[in-house]
Amino acid sequence: MYRAHVLVCGGTGCTSSGSQQIIDKLESELKDKGLDSEVKVVKTGCFGLCALGPIMIVYPEGCFYSEVKVEDIPEIVEEHLLKGRIVKRLLYTETVAEDQVKSLNDTNFYAKQQRIALRNCGVINPEVIDEYIAVDGYMALGKVLTEMTPKEVIDVIKDSGLRGRGGGGFPTGLKWSFVVDGDQKYVACNADEGDPGAFMDRSVLEGDPHVVLEAMAIAAYAIGANQGYIYVRAEYPIAVKRLQIAIGQAREYGLLGNNIFGTDFCFDIELRLGAGAFVCGEETALMTSIEGHRGEPRPRPPFPAVKGLFGKPTVLNNVETYANIPRIILNGADWFKSIGTEKSKGTKVFALGGKIKNTGLVEVPMGTTLREIVEEIGGGIPNGKKFKAAQTGGPSGGCIPAEHLDVPIDYDNLIAIGSMMGSGGLIVMDEDTCMVDIAKFFLEFTVDESCGKCTPCRVGTKRLYEMLDKITRGQGTLEDLDKMEQLCYYIKENSLCGLGQSAPNPVLSTLRYFRDEYIAHVVDKTCPAGVCKHLMKFTIVADKCKGCTLCARNCPVGAIDGKVKEPHVINQDKCIKCGACIEKCKFGAIIKA
Amino acid sequence: MKSLEELKAIRDRVRSSVTMREGNEGNIRVVVGMATCGIAAGARPVLAAFTEEVAKRNLTNVTVTQTGCIGICQYEPVVEVFESDGTKTTYIKMTPEKVPQIVADHLVNGNVVTEYTIGNL
Repeated sequence: MYRAHVLVCGGTGCTSSGSQQIIDKLESELKDKGLDSEVKVVKTGCFGLCALGPIMIVYPEGCFYSEVKVEDIPEIVEEHLLKGRIVKRLLYTETVAEDQVKSLNDTNFYAKQQRIALRNCGVINPEVIDEYIAVDGYMALGKVLTEMTPKEVIDVIKDSGLRGRGGGGFPTGLKWSFVVDGDQKYVACNADEGDPGAFMDRSVLEGDPHVVLEAMAIAAYAIGANQGYIYVRAEYPIAVKRLQIAIGQAREYGLLGNNIFGTDFCFDIELRLGAGAFVCGEETALMTSIEGHRGEPRPRPPFPAVKGLFGKPTVLNNVETYANIPRIILNGADWFKSIGTEKSKGTKVFALGGKIKNTGLVEVPMGTTLREIVEEIGGGIPNGKKFKAAQTGGPSGGCIPAEHLDVPIDYDNLIAIGSMMGSGGLIVMDEDTCMVDIAKFFLEFTVDESCGKCTPCRVGTKRLYEMLDKITRGQGTLEDLDKMEQLCYYIKENSLCGLGQSAPNPVLSTLRYFRDEYIAHVVDKTCPAGVCKHLMKFTIVADKCKGCTLCARNCPVGAIDGKVKEPHVINQDKCIKCGACIEKCKFGAIIKA
Repeated sequence: MKSLEELKAIRDRVRSSVTMREGNEGNIRVVVGMATCGIAAGARPVLAAFTEEVAKRNLTNVTVTQTGCIGICQYEPVVEVFESDGTKTTYIKMTPEKVPQIVADHLVNGNVVTEYTIGNL
């Protein structure tokens, strides 16, 4: 029996900021003080507040220590764990109010969140199956196998209104019900999270791998499959390792394998590692890759429910979708339906990134507004800058401008305002972001990631990228804008798979909401946000320059000339617009325009 | 896993290992004074005895924790029991031997062991 639990985040974010060293130090300090039999150290999954990592929570008090360093550990052990005096200076500032320690759930970051998919992340040790079982793990599978028929399972999921969390938002129960009869069927899990900035699937796999295994077994029972595959990218080493551990433990407990819970149901899961191609997140390409071929999409229909893996009927769902299933089975469809909006039920996990204070993972009920997410949960924009837009859905999505901050976020509303839910990446941009540059960034990504099988995507995205590049160089014309728009629609209508069909979205949505910025680049040859280097000019104001030579000495290309105590001049032909001179100038004599 | 009962048995066995992480509203808190004075007077074995006894009885509604100096150093080791309704009981001059009785009478059955409390001075 332990009198205290110290939970340390072992997610990717905190691991890269040194949480493993903290765990090691903690264990050795506890041993030195003879506390190792009283205090348990638990390595958990992601808490969500990645910006403040490494994160540590001490129970029973529920103290939330943030940005913990190895050097802080002796103090925490000596003061808190031995003497019971909370180390206030290390507490997350928001949890300290009038000398009282507040519950984490009362902080702005967590208050509006409702965790269903992430409910066990940051609570249990993902490498110990008993901890998952302790929080009702595998009870849903037990209930399904011993009390429900496959049809009843599908009906509950249908009734719950759960929609695919990977991007498309297709009703999950309906997808399951489409699976045709056959001697061999498969279930598969899409863990090939590829959107830049999205990391919720990774966190579920790292923090609660068993929930995915349990949900896949439930899906397998519902459709009559006996084999499952998880397609996870090799770039997620911690997720892969914990999945392997979880599969091993589930097999040992007989939760995977033959005659599970003494029934006729037999099911096993294998991992397949992807090499990280974005297109392999598309369902047909993903299945082609599992089969051992080059990951390229094929036309649909036939849909996977009819002809999927190895030509057999297959159900493929995303990690976050699966993470909702066991709770729906245990709590019922009505409970799930009571959360969210009319057409989008439940919660959605968003990966908050970009120009925002609380970078991290948040799970909110559908229908929460973007303003609530950005300003309340996310803590707003740092350095007093103004909100300009939020990008959702990664390279397939679009930008939401400030005027739509109060739109309740769900699948349909996002599409109506020209973006999409996607997998849930949410990148916040402030006034220093150039929207043309952002569109170019995403197009560069899709050009790289286009598999090349169909021409509209392979050639179209490249041409689109070139037009954007031309505009950022100040060489674009108004005619280009119209041509670009036409090309966008052409690519959308004619591409083979979702990658190409959605690749122009970042361009279309920025053209829709920020056309004036495009026009500024084209007509005035300026970049209002001051990002596009070709449209910028650095000059020295002679009146303000004291001739201190600091800028000239720091210019990496020797573009600044001038004598000591005389005004300096920037040679525009040599200048690479790196901005080093502005940073160094103590007199504010250098301006960027 | 041969049956649902088997799974439930595992869950019930391991349940107490995670309840601590679910917040402690509605719980009974046993707080042991563990400042220098408390430790010198022998608070550590008392704390250990409480932890052990609570675990033995599988009392998932009780958390055992420690605090600093309460200010009555001459009566250390001091243990305070906070109940969910806010009532506080202060036990003084504690020894590991007194712990089982407090756990049984007070924590389980709700009867304060008056003879060990500060009011009985």
